[in-house]
Amino acid sequence: MKTVTLTIDGRTIKAREGEKLLWVALENGIYIPNLCAIPGVKHPAAACRLCFVEIEGYPRPVTACTEPVVEGMVVSTRSPRVDRLVQTAFELLLSNHQQDCANCPRNRSCELQRIARERRIPLRVKRLRKLERELPVDDSSPALRYDPRKCVLCGKCVWVCREKGTGVLGFAGRGFGRRITTFGDVPLGQSGCNGCGECARICPVGALVEKKADI
Amino acid sequence: MSRDKVIKENFTKLQQKSRAAWESLRERPLILVGTATCGRAAGALEILKVIKEELAKSGLEASVLEVGCMGHCYAEPLVTVYKPGFPPICYGYVTEGIAARLVQDFLGGDDPCLEFALAALEANDMVPAFTDFPRGMIEKNIILDKCGLIDPENIEHYIALGGYAALAGALGRDPGQVLEEIKASGLRGRGGAGFPTGRKWETCRLAPGEEKYVICNADEGDPGAFMDRAILESNPHQVLEGLAIAAYTVGARQGYFYIRAEYPLAVARVKKAIEQARQAGLLGTNILGSGFDFDVDVFQGSGAFVCGEETALIASMEGEPGLPRHRPPFPATAGLRGKPTVINNVKTLSYVPHIVERGARWLRETGTDGSPGTAVFALAGKVINTGLAEVPMGTTLREVVYDVGSGIPGGKAFKAVQIGGPSGGCLPESALDMPIDFDSLSQAGAMMGSGGMVILDEDDCMVEIARFFLDFTQKESCGKCTMCRLGTRQMLDILEAITRGQGKPGDIELLLELAEDVKAGSLCGLGKTAPNPVLSTIRYFRDEYEAHIKERRCPALMCQSLIAYYILPEKCERSCDACVGSCPVEAIYTNEDRIKVIDQQKCVKCASCLEACPPQYKAVIKLSPPELVNEMGA
Ligand SMILES: Cc1cc2nc3c(=O)[nH]c(=O)nc-3n(C[C@H](O)[C@H](O)[C@H](O)COP(=O)(O)O)c2cc1C
Ligand code: FES
Repeated sequence: MKTVTLTIDGRTIKAREGEKLLWVALENGIYIPNLCAIPGVKHPAAACRLCFVEIEGYPRPVTACTEPVVEGMVVSTRSPRVDRLVQTAFELLLSNHQQDCANCPRNRSCELQRIARERRIPLRVKRLRKLERELPVDDSSPALRYDPRKCVLCGKCVWVCREKGTGVLGFAGRGFGRRITTFGDVPLGQSGCNGCGECARICPVGALVEKKADI
Repeated sequence: MSRDKVIKENFTKLQQKSRAAWESLRERPLILVGTATCGRAAGALEILKVIKEELAKSGLEASVLEVGCMGHCYAEPLVTVYKPGFPPICYGYVTEGIAARLVQDFLGGDDPCLEFALAALEANDMVPAFTDFPRGMIEKNIILDKCGLIDPENIEHYIALGGYAALAGALGRDPGQVLEEIKASGLRGRGGAGFPTGRKWETCRLAPGEEKYVICNADEGDPGAFMDRAILESNPHQVLEGLAIAAYTVGARQGYFYIRAEYPLAVARVKKAIEQARQAGLLGTNILGSGFDFDVDVFQGSGAFVCGEETALIASMEGEPGLPRHRPPFPATAGLRGKPTVINNVKTLSYVPHIVERGARWLRETGTDGSPGTAVFALAGKVINTGLAEVPMGTTLREVVYDVGSGIPGGKAFKAVQIGGPSGGCLPESALDMPIDFDSLSQAGAMMGSGGMVILDEDDCMVEIARFFLDFTQKESCGKCTMCRLGTRQMLDILEAITRGQGKPGDIELLLELAEDVKAGSLCGLGKTAPNPVLSTIRYFRDEYEAHIKERRCPALMCQSLIAYYILPEKCERSCDACVGSCPVEAIYTNEDRIKVIDQQKCVKCASCLEACPPQYKAVIKLSPPELVNEMGA
């Protein structure tokens, strides 16, 4: 495959033509916030809206996870416009996230904490109202614990469950009611889930966790 | 014989047969009954039955046809009578009694019953024609021209009046020439965004690949919009012809109509049209002997608003959940099943036969430089003539509201026009003289959108209007992307608080910040346009927002939480008990002066007393903020 040269934040980088910018940046140690990107999928979800970057010649910021790299591309991962969009998307996710870091098994390994740290955005959102989701925690599986109130709807668990698990996870609902659940909307324990734990390993937050990690 | 000679010959045969059928219809009196969805809702099927019964009873010879919508939906049911010796006359608000009289007195006698006539279809010296009214002078029918005048289920009518000549003509030309014509016409997509149709077709035509598709987007999900439905129900062949020309131009052999399942009559009529076109050799293999193969199927959409968005539409046709995808790639390069695909709106495709038949220059004679042709609006809300209107681009809002729509009912004052549905915006009185086209509307913060136009008067609260439209988009958001799922929800919460009198200082600024970010950061067009109603109402009616937040006052007296009902003692006719009887919660009592008083604690603000108070007293009024009641008593 053809190799192209581009610059990201002033650094010259070589990459395979057509590869998505997000992966090129990450492989070269340049961090771009992201939650929903999965390497190699045909249609990137482009759902979390955190990976905005500026590309020279483009009228407005674009998502790095959907942007194929081309020869001579000039990228900046930061700009006032990018920072503003990323902050709003991040704050929106936090406003809808059951936040209990001190008691969360993913404390210190949570992607939300990482983004907050990298971009210096406080985890406590002052500007927005809290949008609580009245959803019950699913404790029915011997292997997993699912707390939908922490879920950021990245969709990685759905993908990995199809790829490596039993394919019982999927999206349900529309709009604000969109959530991840099992096929037939039954508790995990009755869903045919084999407890492989792939979903918990890929979950960027503390929504799906393995029970043994709980103790 | 050369290829284009064969095409011409085949088509001429079709045309002659169709014209003969059409002309034989005119040999005796002809009655047209509008039985599109709008007519049916007003009882057109009963009218049709009465006419048929009366004809049978009287033994009079006449043909009866079911036709589509003429756009005068306010006056449905509509009946048009052609009788030799008379101009064709259209009757509105037809009741069963009027229908019977039209048969008995007009067809049976020679009394055209002019007291029920709406207008004649052609200028004459007996009855004023539609074109004699201010409305008729402004309207210009291109894509609605045959609607309501032909039987949509009869392909011969369409062909007799010039239909499919454009397809026959196009097939005789090189696809590249057809493309040039569309490009030169400057036609822009009527599905909302106004993207140049020629450019879209060119991209698809040049895209590599043998297999290509054309799709007609008839998902029409905007609340209050019904022009696509009206066109499909009234003249489906026009759209089908446009789709076939698109296919020939880009090199597609398969086309689809994506129609929402809530439009059963449109689905049935399109299916029938496809069937008839196949039988006439206008679809299928070797169309008119040209060697061009093209066929069409109907796909019924599940009805979610977002499925009208082209990438979601494609996902849903592929059997996936109807969620939008990131663009690029655009469908014109990688669309249905990854193949290059043209997706056009019903109205866009309706212009195509006219352009191919009459030329790019002809289209440009109508409309503005940047937006050639006409715009079709669905007028609704506080306007006298609701219904469909086709006017040249560049017509002013004032002409549409006051000449076409006949103004605001009840002597109320105009406040704003909401254009473009939930992705559009609200324009104030100062915009009334603006010539409307794609560009002027988006500069003013609204959008052509689907062409929905809701007229608002002094009784409409602009914060509540913004809340209403955002409530729609928020509920219709698919929830896939963060900005739209949560951003619209945050904005809606703020708007709800403001309309309840719980707005806080800074809320307007926060709304503006969120609105801009949701616009710039959403994945698809739904989120990218959802903030428009909020942005435009803040831009033009910020004082109303401020009154709600700072004074807990709703200037339009619309927001329930911010008003109180009050009975003016000096106006109250003491012995009348109309309000007392109307109150569902017994909140009105008679005080020691025999004056009626509302117990504000009990009042549920249902407005029954206001409606019950006889007009000669008009003693019940609304007050905002509600605390004003205390001052009134003092
Ligand atoms: C949320 C949303 C809903 C849409 N709904 C429709 C629709 O009902 N009908 C339509 O023709 N276009 C709709 N569109 C626009 C389509 O995505 C697409 O641009 C259009 O069909 C292209 O046709 P045109 O070029 O003829 O305008 C919608 C877009 C969005 C973002
Ligand atoms: S990683 Fe690009 S939108 Fe989520």
